[in-house]
Amino acid sequence: MGIKILEDKCTGCSLCVEPCPFGLIKIVSREEVGKPHPKYKKIAVIGQGCNLCGACLEPCSSQAILIEREEAKPRPDISQYKGIWVFAEQKKGKIQGVVYELLGEGRKLADQLGEKLSCVSLGEGMDEAAKELIAYGADRVYQIEGSILRNFQDDPYTDVLIDLIQKEKPEIVLMGASAIGRSFASRVAARLGTGLTADCTELVIDLKKRQLLQTRPAFGGNIMATITTPHNRPQMATVRHKVFKKRVRQENRQGEVIKESVEGKALSLRTKLLNMVEDITQTVKLADADIIVSGGRGLGGPENFHIVEELARTLGGAVGASRATVDAGWIPYSHQVGQTGRTVCPKIYIACGISGAIQHLVGMQSSEIIVAINKDPNAPIFKVATYGIEGDLFEVVPALTERLKEVLE
Amino acid sequence: MNFIVCIKQVPGTTEVKIDPRTNTLIRDGIESIVNPFDTYAIEEGLRLKEKMGRKVTVISMGPPQAESALREALSMGCDEAVLLTDPGFAGSDTLATSYTLACGIRKIGEFDLVICGKQAIDGDTAQVGPGIAEKLEIPAVTYVKKIEEINEAHIRVERMMEEGYEVIEMGLPALITVVKEINEPRLPSLKGMLWARKAKIHIWNASDIACEKSRIGQPGSPTIVNKIFTPPPRKGGEMILGNPEEQARKLVEKLHEAKVI
Amino acid sequence: MEYFLIEEQKMLRELTRRIAEEKIKPVREHYDETEEFPWPILEELAKADICGVYIPKEYGGTGGGVFELCLAVEELCKVDGGIALILAATALATFPILLFGSDEQKKKYLPDIAAGKKVAAFALTEPGAGSDASALQTTAKKEGESYILNGTKCFITNGGEAQIYVVIAMTDKTKGSRGASAFIVEKDTPGFSFGKKEKKMGIRSSPTRELIFNECKTPKENLLGREGQGFIIALKTFDASRPGVGAQALGIACGALEDAINYSRERIQFGQPISSFQAIQHLLADMATEVEAARALVYATARMIDKDPKARVTKEAAMCKLFASDMAMKVTTNAVQVYGGYGYMREYPMEKRMRDAKITQIYEGTNQIMRNEIALALIKEAAKTKK
Repeated sequence: MGIKILEDKCTGCSLCVEPCPFGLIKIVSREEVGKPHPKYKKIAVIGQGCNLCGACLEPCSSQAILIEREEAKPRPDISQYKGIWVFAEQKKGKIQGVVYELLGEGRKLADQLGEKLSCVSLGEGMDEAAKELIAYGADRVYQIEGSILRNFQDDPYTDVLIDLIQKEKPEIVLMGASAIGRSFASRVAARLGTGLTADCTELVIDLKKRQLLQTRPAFGGNIMATITTPHNRPQMATVRHKVFKKRVRQENRQGEVIKESVEGKALSLRTKLLNMVEDITQTVKLADADIIVSGGRGLGGPENFHIVEELARTLGGAVGASRATVDAGWIPYSHQVGQTGRTVCPKIYIACGISGAIQHLVGMQSSEIIVAINKDPNAPIFKVATYGIEGDLFEVVPALTERLKEVLE
Repeated sequence: MNFIVCIKQVPGTTEVKIDPRTNTLIRDGIESIVNPFDTYAIEEGLRLKEKMGRKVTVISMGPPQAESALREALSMGCDEAVLLTDPGFAGSDTLATSYTLACGIRKIGEFDLVICGKQAIDGDTAQVGPGIAEKLEIPAVTYVKKIEEINEAHIRVERMMEEGYEVIEMGLPALITVVKEINEPRLPSLKGMLWARKAKIHIWNASDIACEKSRIGQPGSPTIVNKIFTPPPRKGGEMILGNPEEQARKLVEKLHEAKVI
Repeated sequence: MEYFLIEEQKMLRELTRRIAEEKIKPVREHYDETEEFPWPILEELAKADICGVYIPKEYGGTGGGVFELCLAVEELCKVDGGIALILAATALATFPILLFGSDEQKKKYLPDIAAGKKVAAFALTEPGAGSDASALQTTAKKEGESYILNGTKCFITNGGEAQIYVVIAMTDKTKGSRGASAFIVEKDTPGFSFGKKEKKMGIRSSPTRELIFNECKTPKENLLGREGQGFIIALKTFDASRPGVGAQALGIACGALEDAINYSRERIQFGQPISSFQAIQHLLADMATEVEAARALVYATARMIDKDPKARVTKEAAMCKLFASDMAMKVTTNAVQVYGGYGYMREYPMEKRMRDAKITQIYEGTNQIMRNEIALALIKEAAKTKK
């Protein structure tokens, strides 16, 4: 198994160089590598690390590249797979916000493919929820009921969804990239042996190849990658909260509800959920906030966080923090925004005394409006801020809070 | 009890750039480190060993240079290290990686708990941990922020959720993925570093761990990277000038114009 | 500059640097303000096996020498010049045991020091005997199975916190400089108490106390070497420990230089970073050159001592301590200058370095005494060759 340049055919035209996603192809002098040819002076050489993706095959002008693959497993017949599914994640019976956003995007994909958009709802007492899902765009809801499904647990949820997927054969399955969604999707994809792309920021249908192009960030957001699952179905993807827009609710939208019960069915359950403890220290959850005011090292000490908190309170927003302040113990980790903290995309993100290290930017740069307040005019955060204020935060932030109080009251 | 920790060697910085000529990642000159979340996994494994006895085996799938990541884990106190390396593993996506690591873990032998970091800072998928559990057919809990109790047969953990945490119990053998809140990783000791430098690392290839060729590397990867590109850079906007009161006033005006307040 | 460290030395330096950055940096201000003994840092050094870098493997150390000790002290001092003394000052008291201790004494005391379980202190100085060490008044009288110590020591680093003390006392006042002996005295020995803790200009996290001996009985097994060897032990100890002081000064200066360079690039005045002004550039250039020269001298001396433990190194040890400490005082003063007003503010970590650097010109032999020793050695050597 491997890739070979056919020495007698290669003309050294270099058309294969650019398409290689890993930059492994070089054009060298034939003399130097001891592969002389009566007509051509140059030849292509492929470096180590080729994963046989085949991107170089098509551009080659002389069919000089040969890829020999192992007898691959017979490809599954994917033509039978149709339809877009959205997993309707629920907590305590409440459908999570990301589901409505996925329905919005799912609707677009379904319409493009000319397929149905369905929701899979697992839980107990989810009749009202099923209606809501239809109002938000689902054509069909598979409503699976059972006391064992009341709260998310890996095993029974995986068993049920896999069973349903194998029966109904959806083409695409979307889930929210929540703690539940990411674990659940991983399990399901692994058991089905299909492809899963996490944290997608863009989903596009390639109609020619009938494939879902899944774009996601890597390397903390510094690189974007577009991924496909060409030969396996369903194509699975998870998407973060607030990446897509919620669809408009249509009161009298019609749809189908297929209700099923798993009571009495033998579902595996190897974990026992003993307790669910809520953390009520944050009054406005960082993840959902439309307005976030964050404090950084410029605050100087934990005693100054109240300046940030006041502004947040006045705006009705949440309090965020840079990693430096969390590491220094000025504020708990639950407030940390950034690569190793939370990723947020509020409407307004106000960064006070935060320099804007890449690890922080990665966590908030998709905010609609970024306001940066910093006394260092060279702070990297000004490069991404919609509005920058060079100044002493101890003067600017209270002034801002004052002004806002005047205007809002 | 025997513990297995899965680690990955990743670039030391996520500030990777794309070479504009070839549209590929520039990997030169970037040092490699143990994936930060995996250091928490290593630390948890070492703490469990100190409490429950026996040993910690650390395993990684990667190119030959991943050996240095394993040696770092050894210098922290792990007992044995296994490197799964083979040209056939190249091009693995998370499914193929999960399968390969599961084969490697099976070869290591009996284990009570597999510990993984939440996610790798280059791939950011968080899929391999649950994938390994699926392939090994053991229960798993992700985002563990505390092990409340562990004995020969059971483990009880706290799983971090968006608005609090869940308390979950499961039987062993099992797998957990851990988050930063769980502990503070120790620094290596000098004696540990000196020992790790000379320690023997088991190096296994695809046939050593009895992998099916069709399930590893690119053939075993249902997902494929079509292209990579740098996201359009977010441009800086305008600077608001004046004294603090003026700046505050102007900003509030702009936010009002933008209809956000 | 490349000093061709071997793998183990590179590992030691890297590990110590990590401890300094991750564990010491966040708390250095706290310890400077509160003047508490940094026990948690000792724990970190102990866990990392750094407490025993200069102690032989058979006694629980990692088998390095003065060079390894200097590497560790330098890295720690880049971040904080005072906290490093939990290692450096303990080493000062451990050298007498390493150089003159019997196997039993080594077996009894070295393992705990190497494991970071115990801290040590060296007690020579007295109110009336500073540079004039021969004016010692503390006496040690042999009585039966013990020696009875009477007297006061002052300005003892690690005093009060250390569990192991190496004390120089007069066993025979009539013999002058041949009448002193060295003893190991453990804390909590009846008759051994502590006086006040000094309030200092710098290295404030390092406790400096008076030691009071009042009919304090220490077993005769705790005599180091032989009676009368006290001053020889002290001098040989200083030969081994002075490069450590040099390393301390070197680390402090190095940390100051690095911060000054970085600051000069960020501070904008007259529309440009101050690093573009020749006045600042020349300051930095001189600072960097002197730091490097000091490093070369300290490293060469340390390596010399390790290569040939029997060699006479008094002159070189004095030179590297003299040069590095004078250099550190100059460099830290200029670093504060580069920082301007901010350099004077306690909020910034720069002024502390200047306060910390000063002591290196004074303790373990004032720089004036260093000059004496160097000159004496030069003249002696010349006299020998002239013959």
